[in-house]
Amino acid sequence: MALIEAINPLLSAGWGKGDAGWGIGEYEQRGGYQALKRILTEKIAPEQVIAEIKASVLRGRGGAGFPTGLKWSFMPKGSGEKYVVCNTDEGEPGTFKDRDILRYDPHAVIEGMIIAGYSVGAARGYNYIHGEIFEIYDRFEQALAEARATGYLGGNILGSGFDFELFAHHGWGAYICGEESALLESIEGKKGQPRFKPPFPASFGLYGKPTTINNTETFASIPFVLRIGGEAYLNLGKPNNGGTKLFSVSGHVNKPGNYEVPMGTPFATLLEMAGGMRGGRKLKAVIPGGSSSPVLPANIIMDCTLDYDSIAKAGSMLGSGAVIVMDESVCMVKALDRLSYFYYEESCGQCTPCREGTGWLYKIVHRIEHGQGRAEDLDLLLDVGANICGRTICALGDAAVMPIQGMLRHFRAEFEYHVEHRKCLVPAELQKAGSTFHTRMMAGAPC
Amino acid sequence: MLELEIDGKALQVKEGSTVIDAAHQAGIYIPHFCYHKKLSIAANCRMCLVQVEKAPKPLPACATPVTNGMKVFTHSDLAIKAQKGVMEFLLINHPLDCPICDQGGECQLQDLAVGYGSSSSRYQEEKRVVVNKNLGPLISTDMTRCINCTRCVRFTQEIAGEMELGQAFRGDRAEIMPFIEKTVDSELSGNIIDLCPVGALTAKPFRFAARTWELARRKSISPHDGLGGNLVVQVKHDKVLRVLPLENEHLNECWLSDKDRFSYEGLNSPDRLTKPLIKQGGAWKEVEWNQALDYVAHAMRDIVKEHGPDAVGAIVSPHGTLEEMYLAGKLMRGLGSDNIDCRLRQSDFSGRRAGTPWLGMKIAEINKLDRVLVVCSFLRKDHPLIAQRLRQAVKRGAQVSVIHAADEDLLMKLAGKIIAAPSQLPDRLAQITKAVAELKGATCDLSVAVGAEARKIAESLVSGQNAAILLGNLAQQHARASTLNALTQQLAGYLGGRFGFLGEAANSVGGYVAKAVPAGDGLDASRMLTEPRKAYLVIGAEPELDCADGVRATNALTRADSVIVLSPFKSAAALAYADAILPVAPFAETSGSFVNTEGRVQSFQAVNRPLGETRPGWKVLRVLGNLLKLDGFDFASSEAVRDEALGGGAGKPEFAGDLDNIIADVAIDLSPGGGIERVADVPIYFADALVRRAPSLQKTKDAVTPAARMNAATLAKFGVKAGEQLKVSGGGTPATLVAALDVGLPDDCLRLAAGHATTAAVGAMSGAMTVEKA
Ligand SMILES: Cc1cc2nc3c(=O)[nH]c(=O)nc-3n(C[C@H](O)[C@H](O)[C@H](O)COP(=O)(O)O)c2cc1C
Ligand code: SF4
Ligand code: SF4
Ligand code: FES
Repeated sequence: MALIEAINPLLSAGWGKGDAGWGIGEYEQRGGYQALKRILTEKIAPEQVIAEIKASVLRGRGGAGFPTGLKWSFMPKGSGEKYVVCNTDEGEPGTFKDRDILRYDPHAVIEGMIIAGYSVGAARGYNYIHGEIFEIYDRFEQALAEARATGYLGGNILGSGFDFELFAHHGWGAYICGEESALLESIEGKKGQPRFKPPFPASFGLYGKPTTINNTETFASIPFVLRIGGEAYLNLGKPNNGGTKLFSVSGHVNKPGNYEVPMGTPFATLLEMAGGMRGGRKLKAVIPGGSSSPVLPANIIMDCTLDYDSIAKAGSMLGSGAVIVMDESVCMVKALDRLSYFYYEESCGQCTPCREGTGWLYKIVHRIEHGQGRAEDLDLLLDVGANICGRTICALGDAAVMPIQGMLRHFRAEFEYHVEHRKCLVPAELQKAGSTFHTRMMAGAPC
Repeated sequence: MLELEIDGKALQVKEGSTVIDAAHQAGIYIPHFCYHKKLSIAANCRMCLVQVEKAPKPLPACATPVTNGMKVFTHSDLAIKAQKGVMEFLLINHPLDCPICDQGGECQLQDLAVGYGSSSSRYQEEKRVVVNKNLGPLISTDMTRCINCTRCVRFTQEIAGEMELGQAFRGDRAEIMPFIEKTVDSELSGNIIDLCPVGALTAKPFRFAARTWELARRKSISPHDGLGGNLVVQVKHDKVLRVLPLENEHLNECWLSDKDRFSYEGLNSPDRLTKPLIKQGGAWKEVEWNQALDYVAHAMRDIVKEHGPDAVGAIVSPHGTLEEMYLAGKLMRGLGSDNIDCRLRQSDFSGRRAGTPWLGMKIAEINKLDRVLVVCSFLRKDHPLIAQRLRQAVKRGAQVSVIHAADEDLLMKLAGKIIAAPSQLPDRLAQITKAVAELKGATCDLSVAVGAEARKIAESLVSGQNAAILLGNLAQQHARASTLNALTQQLAGYLGGRFGFLGEAANSVGGYVAKAVPAGDGLDASRMLTEPRKAYLVIGAEPELDCADGVRATNALTRADSVIVLSPFKSAAALAYADAILPVAPFAETSGSFVNTEGRVQSFQAVNRPLGETRPGWKVLRVLGNLLKLDGFDFASSEAVRDEALGGGAGKPEFAGDLDNIIADVAIDLSPGGGIERVADVPIYFADALVRRAPSLQKTKDAVTPAARMNAATLAKFGVKAGEQLKVSGGGTPATLVAALDVGLPDDCLRLAAGHATTAAVGAMSGAMTVEKA
């Protein structure tokens, strides 16, 4: 399978060579570090860099889609200890793009982070890398060594007087450490638990200092945005949804993998790029933006384009761009059982509704899946969910509830059938035909 | 100021207030668990969710800052639904075992569940069970009841200074636990019992002793350290069963040290006397009070008649009441003797004092100091809550330095530190004094060479606006205490700062006020023992453990013709040297007053009836005065005694007068010592007769049997290893003790705790020691 299939590859331009293309020489040949050099040699003012990024309407690729230029502009002006942090925790089931960015193009992230440091006035950065991908951590360290040796990192970069040092930090695989404030706690050596906000990281971040934190893909996009210009980048996508984005396609498709497409590309095009439905079975539903985004049934998703606005209008979220494709062999109760278990397992345990509620939700779904459901369970799920939603310290609480709400919105009949008949609506033979789905989803990996 | 409206009530609050602060100000109660005014905001329980106008979601009142024009609704449908939802979550895994829970009746969860819970549960799954933890002899756990509010965790980290508890694991597997195989050993640990909103952490000594509603609650004052912590003493059937803090922002805030909290167990000690005892023909006999008092009056009169009044001396515990102290002094002076002292562990009485030595400031002012030098203090153990105040000051940016004979972990960041043998401390303090003088451009006649660390401390001290020097217990007990006092005075002068004494005992200041110290040429605590008297009146003290030289005290008392002991307790030592022992009431069973280290006069009533035939000390002394036909012993109440003691008219002043730390006529002695020097701490639970008899405290790590502690070089000097036996002597009987390594000691120092039976016979608390391999 190809590493990347892309329309208009920007981010993934260097991926074609696989493991041979990640080094600094290759990156420079692709135009890498040119944006940084231009900024430093032409002494482009930080405000101007931020203005360019604002113009691009690059939105955060970590899930929330917050405009990156705006986020950077929240950092206090002036000198003083500040940090730039990259979020490569990538724990959301279905998401596997950031590891490939670091595997095939680590210098794009490094360049993006240096530019961020320059723009917000930080002299230090950390890249927090998910604990279960050690080889990628090692590669990033090697890339850092190259960048230091070449003079892109360290003191007085390219004679500009600008200093920036960057370090890799690996976590131990907790999903919650992808939540930005838990990630900061974890870097500080504490238990990874989200902080109450406000204050936000831009005022009280790493070690209590102003901090800009972005997703890996967000940082990797920065050099391209600046190379082609903000407006050109925006025009690659559609209004309010600038540029191109990586989508991690998994599930019942013939060619699962990462695909880079412009924002606004029809979902149908992406499905086609991924080789269409496996075994010729029918598309049943898609989880469009990682496991926390509500599921969309086939008829709805087939009418969507891949951008924040279209998916939101359909009642879900573009999230991190993890597209989980499910065909007709999937029992939705079983799928939700697995998803609910994930959130139960990953709740950090700090705040009451999530600590107690995620376990309760999982136990109810699990009971239904195992033929022990009760008539009142579906309403109970929604009510318990409503008591979690919007009442927690971080968004994991909401993330645990949204899949349940989505499933019950679109597939309630399947759940009712399960409660009533104590078995699946989807025939056993059909489930068996598509049975690699669950293992694949658990692993969250491309073929 | 910000304006807001809560439930339709308009009010103004300070900038930076949270919604819960504002609600408190408006007298509106918002349910909460994790919020505590003295702890950082965790916002994890979510019980305090309220509705805020324009906010789409309910917000936690404890963590939401007030903004101008904000409208808050604590009882709207949205708020109530959110609060009820949280309560349901809190209860699904809770065992609901209130009938067998010690917290029952005083449980915030129970109280709130009545208001916000539902009568039946929608949760039908199995409940979580959490294994209990061993936190030590003071705190009992039922961790299944824990609601993970992390108040206990934040307390250990933020107030006690060491994170002895943490939340391990995730999700509903989260558990509060100490570090693996560790207990919670802080001297402030008991406060987590009060903080725990449920019955997860309860008091081990109190376990299952009573239900809260069966207890009578009475106010009292702690008789231990100089803080004067305010207590709520809880009594059932004339037995003290529990002690809790009575909040007082000036003193203990909402906390108590474990000593103040758990020492009440000593009140119920089997050592308690219930009847007067007199020795007749070498045998002890229980007698009636009139017989005993007659005996005592005769004995004293006879000695005075035969040997003159100067042959009598009074040794008074600084933990006794002002009234007892005052009457003891009046009695002695009525007999014609000025030999009375309560400064029992002090050995250097040279110099001339201008007034009563005290803290030199209000306790609450400690929080506002920005530069502090702590001289010779086992601060955490001697003054747990003052240490805590300094810790908070350091967090706000204050710089604290220490000069001491032992490197103790104060659990706060230090700006500078000098650790030296006791005999070298005057020189080191002189160095700091000289360095400060130089930095201030003042002339200073001290001839010492200023070292780098002294200069660093001096630089820190001069860099602030509000400096103070605090002299600890060891400074007061030091062989050259007056030199340390005089140097500190000089240093404070250069600095333009304040200085004072951290009062060792509840009535260290009161002792001066009550004239339980020589007023004229009388003998002080030390001379009364080096120049033995024919008769002693011992009040509340156990001189073998409470004096600077227990051996000398025992010898003097043993040789005396008559020793009259007034104490709640009997002891083998007293039974050996005394001829009369009168049961007088401990603090809980008498009215009286303590004057704390800041000079605050605090009077209290008895919380309990005296045990058996025990009588309040002031009444016993009043009768004795009458029997001895002395003038001015017709007091109708302890308040009348107090008023006379305070030298004023009727009514209690808030503070004692005549507080002054100035000392004059001190011959400054900076000479170095030699040989092996003793560093004697008085461990927190050995410090007085009451706490020594509190069984649970005696099981803590702070109460382990003293070892002979030395640094590695000194151990090597004697060819011993930690764990081996050593023979140690300081003028008394050599004691065989276990050697221990203490890396925080200077060379040629032997740290040997005082106040304990195993070390009492060794000799003086300071001075040269002989050490050999056993
Ligand atoms: C439970 C949870 C897990 C998250 N995990 C990740 C993650 O693995 N990677 C990531 O970039 N953002 C993750 N986020 C989002 C981050 O908190 C944050 O919004 C993001 O890193 C900001 O970067 P961006 O603006 O570039 O998207 C997570 C959020 C939550 C609530
Ligand atoms: S919502 Fe869940 S994961 Fe987030 S802080 Fe609360 S308990 Fe932790
Ligand atoms: S033990 Fe008590 S104080 Fe500590 S977290 Fe649990 S409920 Fe809170
Ligand atoms: S009191 Fe506000 S969240 Fe606990």
